[in-house]
Amino acid sequence: MKKVQFSSYFTQYFFVAPQLAIILIFLYLPIVQTFTDAFTTQDAFGFGRYFSGFDNFIFSMSDATYLRAFKFTIIFICVITFFSCSIGLLLAVQANNVIHGKSYYKTLLIWPYAIAPAVVGVTANYFFSERLGILYSFFHNIWGFNWYDNIYDAYIYVFIAATWKQISANFIFFLAGLQTIQKSIIEASMIDCKSNFRRFWTITFPLLMPTTFFLIIINITYAFFDTLGIIDTTTIGAPSGETKTLVFKAYIDGFRGLDIGSAGAQSIIMMLIVLVITVFQFRFIEGRIHYN
Amino acid sequence: MSFLELKNITKVYPNGTKAINETSLNIEYGEFMVFVGPSGCGKSTLLRMIAGLEDITEGEIDLDGKTINKIDPSERDVAMVFQNYALYPHMNVYKNLSYGLKNRGESKENIDNKVKEVAELLEIKEYLQRKPAQLSGGQRQRVAMGRAIVRNPKVFLFDEPLSNLDAKLRGQVRIEIKKLQQSMNVTSVFVTHDQVEAMTLGDRLAVINNGVIEQLGTPIEVYEKPASKFVGEFIGSPQMNFVNGAINNNNFESSSFKLNKDLNIDNASVVLGFRAEDLNLKEEGEISLTIDIIEKLGSDSIIYGRDKDGQSICYKESGNTKLEVGEIINISLDVDAVHIFDEKTGKRLN
Repeated sequence: MKKVQFSSYFTQYFFVAPQLAIILIFLYLPIVQTFTDAFTTQDAFGFGRYFSGFDNFIFSMSDATYLRAFKFTIIFICVITFFSCSIGLLLAVQANNVIHGKSYYKTLLIWPYAIAPAVVGVTANYFFSERLGILYSFFHNIWGFNWYDNIYDAYIYVFIAATWKQISANFIFFLAGLQTIQKSIIEASMIDCKSNFRRFWTITFPLLMPTTFFLIIINITYAFFDTLGIIDTTTIGAPSGETKTLVFKAYIDGFRGLDIGSAGAQSIIMMLIVLVITVFQFRFIEGRIHYN
Repeated sequence: MSFLELKNITKVYPNGTKAINETSLNIEYGEFMVFVGPSGCGKSTLLRMIAGLEDITEGEIDLDGKTINKIDPSERDVAMVFQNYALYPHMNVYKNLSYGLKNRGESKENIDNKVKEVAELLEIKEYLQRKPAQLSGGQRQRVAMGRAIVRNPKVFLFDEPLSNLDAKLRGQVRIEIKKLQQSMNVTSVFVTHDQVEAMTLGDRLAVINNGVIEQLGTPIEVYEKPASKFVGEFIGSPQMNFVNGAINNNNFESSSFKLNKDLNIDNASVVLGFRAEDLNLKEEGEISLTIDIIEKLGSDSIIYGRDKDGQSICYKESGNTKLEVGEIINISLDVDAVHIFDEKTGKRLN
C-alpha cells in the first residue's frame, strides 16, 4: 500500500477530525455526563446540583421496583438468548440441508434481521392487542391469555416479540458457521455414526461452538440493551412494571420521571454487570472452545 | 461371486451431469484395487458410492454377498480415509479412533484394547492425547488410517489420501499402506490421479475416463498393452509419444517415417504410440530428431525433440547423456513395442 506523508500535523488532524468529533460527542461526552449525573443530585427545579456520593446508587438499588426489574432482566436475557439461539440453530441446520430452493429459504429467513426493534414491537402489538390480535385470541381461547393483567402472559408477549427479532441474526451466523465445517468431516462422521441426532451433538455442534459463543454474547447484549424499543412499543412495562427491563427502567426514571441522578447510577450499574458477564465468558467459557 | 461387485452402476447428478456410466467391476477378497484417472473422471464418485456418501442412480453394489445400495454408510462395514484426513478437530486422537466403535455400542474395555492395538501398530501411541491440530501431516495421515483400521471393516476406501503430503513422505506412506494392506489382507479400493501411486500400490488398476472404465488390469498389463490411446497417454512417465499416420498394406506410414513391420491390420487412419524407453539411438534410425530440451535426472536423461514434421517426440536414455540441445540425432523404434490406436475411437488395434 502506498503511504502518503502529510507535511503538517494540521492536515492529519483535519482528516481525522470528523471521526474524533463523533466519538467525543456521542461516546465520551455522554459517559462523562452519566458519571456526573450519577454522583450528583439536582434540586427539584433544576436550578442547581450538589455532589451526593453514592446516594443515587444506594437509593436505586434499595428500591423494590429496581430489584424486580433486575430479576426480570435476568430471566429475559436467559429466555431470549436460549430460544433465539436454539431456534436460529434449528432453522440454520434445516436450511443447510435443503437441496431445492435453498436461496429462497435463506432470503426469507434473513428478512426480519432488517427490522428495527421498535417496528418489531409495533408489529407484535397487532398480534397481541386485545381487540385485533390473532395470537391474543388464540392464546386467550386456550388458557385465558391476558397480558394486561397476568404477569406470565405479559412475559410471553415480550419474549415472543424480542426472540422473533433476533432469530434471523442467529440464523445467519449459524448458517455461516455450518458452512465453514469441512464437508469431509461430516462425511467421515456419517460412516462412524448412524444417528443424525447423535452426530449433530458430537460433531456438528462442538464445531459450531465458536459461533455459538459469539452469538451468546451478542444475544445477551441485545436482550440487555436493544430491547428498549420493543418493551416501549409492546407492554410498556405492564402489568404494573413487571416487564420493565433495567434499560427501560433507567430510561423511564430519567426521561419520564426526570430523576437524572438515579438513571445515571442505574446506567453505571448496568455497565458493571456487562463487564462482569463479558469477563466471565472470556475467562471461563472460551478456554473450552475449539477454534479451527 | 466376487467379494465386492459393482453391477451396471450409473450416477446422474440432479443437474443432468452423468458422472458414471453403466460401470461394472468385480473386486476379489483381499485385492488392492486402484481407480486412476484425471480429475473429474468420476473415480471419486464411484468410491463415494461404495461408501454410501453418494446415491446410486442405477445399478447395484454387492459386498460380501449382500446388496448395500440402500444401507446406511455406517452399517456397510466400510472404512474410508479422506484426502484431507477429515479428523474430528475437537477430539483428541484417542477419541478420533474410538468414536466409531463407541457409536456402535462396543464396551469401553473392548474399545480401549482395539485403540491401543492400532496405536501400537501405527506408532501413534504417544500422540493419543493430542488434538489433530498438534500433529504433523504424516501423523494425521496415520491417525486417519488408524480410524479406518480400528473398525476392522470389510473394505478400506482411500480417497487420494497421499495428495496432501510432501513428496518424500508420500513415498514412505505409500510403502506403509501397501505393507499394512498386505499384512491385514483387507480388500481395498484406492482412488488416485497419480500414476506412480496407481502402478506401485494396485494389484489391479481401473483406468477411468469420463465416467467409464477404459481399462482394467494389472499395472504391467495396463502399461504394456494400453487398451486405448487415453490409457497409454495417462499411464507412464514421460508421456507416451504419439504420431499420426495410416496403415497401408499392413505397414505403418507417417509423413516423416515408415515402420518396417507386418502389423496385420486393415488399412485405416491410426495413431502410433510408443514409449520413450522403446527408442534407441542408431545411425540408421528411421526417425530423425532435433533436440529441444534435455532433462537430466541422474539415473536417466529425457530428451525432448521434434521430428521432420515438427511432431514432438521424447526419448529416454539411461545415465547422463552426452547429447546436446540443437543436435540432430537418428533414433530407431523397437517395432515390437509399438501401440496402434484407431484415430477416431482411440481403441487399440494391435
